[in-house]
Amino acid sequence: MGKYILGRILNMIPTLLIVAVIIFLITRMLPGNPAAVMLGPQASAEEIEVLTEKLGLNEPLYIQFFDYIGNLLQGNLGNSLTYNMPIIDLIMERFPNTVILAVSALLIAILVGVPAGIIAARKQNSIFDYAFTTFSLMGVSMPIFWLGIMLVLFFSVNLGWFPATGMGSMDEGIGDFISHLILPSIALATIPTAQFARITRSSMLEVISQDYVKTARSKGLHEFFVICKHAFKNALTPLLTVLGLQISSMLGGAVLTETIFSWPGIGLLIIDAIGKRDFVVVQNMVIFIALIYVVVNLLVDISYKLVNPRIKYSSGKGGTK
Amino acid sequence: MAESQAILQASDVVETNERSLFKKLIRNRFAAFGLFIMLLLILTAIFAPILATHSPDKMNVTKTLLGIGAEGHLLGTDNYGRDIFSRLVYGARISILVGLGAVLFGAVIGSLLGVIAGYFGGKFDSIIMRIMDGLSAFPFILLAITLMSVLGQGLLNVIIAIGIGNIPGFARVVRGQVLSVKQSEYIEVTRSLGAKHGRIIFHHVLPNSIAPLIVYATMSIAGAIISEASLSFLGLGVQPPTASWGSMLQDGKNFLVLNPHMATIPGLAILITVVGINLFGDGLRDALDPKMKV
Repeated sequence: MGKYILGRILNMIPTLLIVAVIIFLITRMLPGNPAAVMLGPQASAEEIEVLTEKLGLNEPLYIQFFDYIGNLLQGNLGNSLTYNMPIIDLIMERFPNTVILAVSALLIAILVGVPAGIIAARKQNSIFDYAFTTFSLMGVSMPIFWLGIMLVLFFSVNLGWFPATGMGSMDEGIGDFISHLILPSIALATIPTAQFARITRSSMLEVISQDYVKTARSKGLHEFFVICKHAFKNALTPLLTVLGLQISSMLGGAVLTETIFSWPGIGLLIIDAIGKRDFVVVQNMVIFIALIYVVVNLLVDISYKLVNPRIKYSSGKGGTK
Repeated sequence: MAESQAILQASDVVETNERSLFKKLIRNRFAAFGLFIMLLLILTAIFAPILATHSPDKMNVTKTLLGIGAEGHLLGTDNYGRDIFSRLVYGARISILVGLGAVLFGAVIGSLLGVIAGYFGGKFDSIIMRIMDGLSAFPFILLAITLMSVLGQGLLNVIIAIGIGNIPGFARVVRGQVLSVKQSEYIEVTRSLGAKHGRIIFHHVLPNSIAPLIVYATMSIAGAIISEASLSFLGLGVQPPTASWGSMLQDGKNFLVLNPHMATIPGLAILITVVGINLFGDGLRDALDPKMKV
């Protein structure tokens, strides 16, 4: 297990290096001088030249690249010109807010999606199952930015139950904080809830027809224990796959959700930085998200092995297995 | 001779399979409904100039924020006095163009890379799949946002940005198929008959990998449509004043109290379209491979 984890961590390095190369190429190889783009059309030639020099864009491309990689390896993400602070501080300030939003959305998704999937599997072909199928299909097809707007329209504008934007403050009390958190969490949780529900239903259907589940029932075990102890435990592996994918895609969903609800996380920061043409922030934020993404996938892979020790892994040679 | 006979027999099988596939799809009510929605969207996009009651970009400051059915405007007007129905109809064109264009872009490049990785293996496989891992190491929409922030707004740029995000998925699907198809006996026979790599790949390996590719492409269209709407909603999509469902939603967001239908209608259009494509995709997957049924 230890050897496997070490191998997977070492495998992360080339992936992250490739991410860094991709982001570097996107920001440097496309037409136009990034300094000119950052300063906008009104900038004078002198201003562009000064910024070009400051960002090291007048150096040959390979020197720019090695400088960039060297800084990344030292954890030196540089300073933001528009926010006037080190980028690492920006990340430390905003990332916890995104984590709060993502964790609450994930909790909603697990607490609603998994039981719904189990019930739908238990009551296959019932009215509940048909309603479940319809709602879960709508859930996975939902444009979350639209759902966010509809939640604001209904719960904030019409009913006035929850605030439409902002994060609230713990100084105002936990109630204020939670009331700000509810609508963005529901919006971000919609797609994962539907995905969890669908995958739980299908894997439960597969498992509950197995002989060992029938045996457990025939022994007179209570249905609750049959489902929870025998069936669900064995239906967990596909759910973990979806969990990893959903945590990762939540980081993308957070960009939209945070924009709609003005939630001050890294998603809103990226959109704000794009609006201010601060590509240094955008570049580093994307790399940071990629790092989180890769680490989450590693943790999911490790949890597979914990849930199902029979799973064997290849050495990782030859790309994705 | 033996090879051409085998190919003729194979093409008969493909034709029969196509007929039975279509029958299976039509018998599946959900898939048929999905197909109906997709056809409706395509027809709307094609006949947009006939269906639209007004010019989609024509502003009228004396008729802003009209309600549904007011003054000859079927779905009212937006904050610039533009007809919402006409913009909705023209917006279908953008969705279709981006949905198909981005998926085609991703499919062509991704399939090619997947074939090279799977067929030649070794170093080709390692290098290509590592790059694909890198491209997949950040959320799809974030890659598109980053690309658009550098490329700038525009329809072609949206297609390229979303298309690039689609490449790794297609590469993986095709690589997996190629790895299993290339072990088949008929590929061995073709190779022993002296066929070149290009012929084996384009005449035998790729055609036999097509079924999962079609299913994946169909599902990807839904993702591409949502991505385009997301980019336009964030102000990074098509150039204004071009009508796009995402940009209509962005405009509507600021008038939720005065004119809530400005935001409601384009969102519903996106939802119905994506549900339709997903229903059709589910049906197609079930018809092509019932084992994959969710």
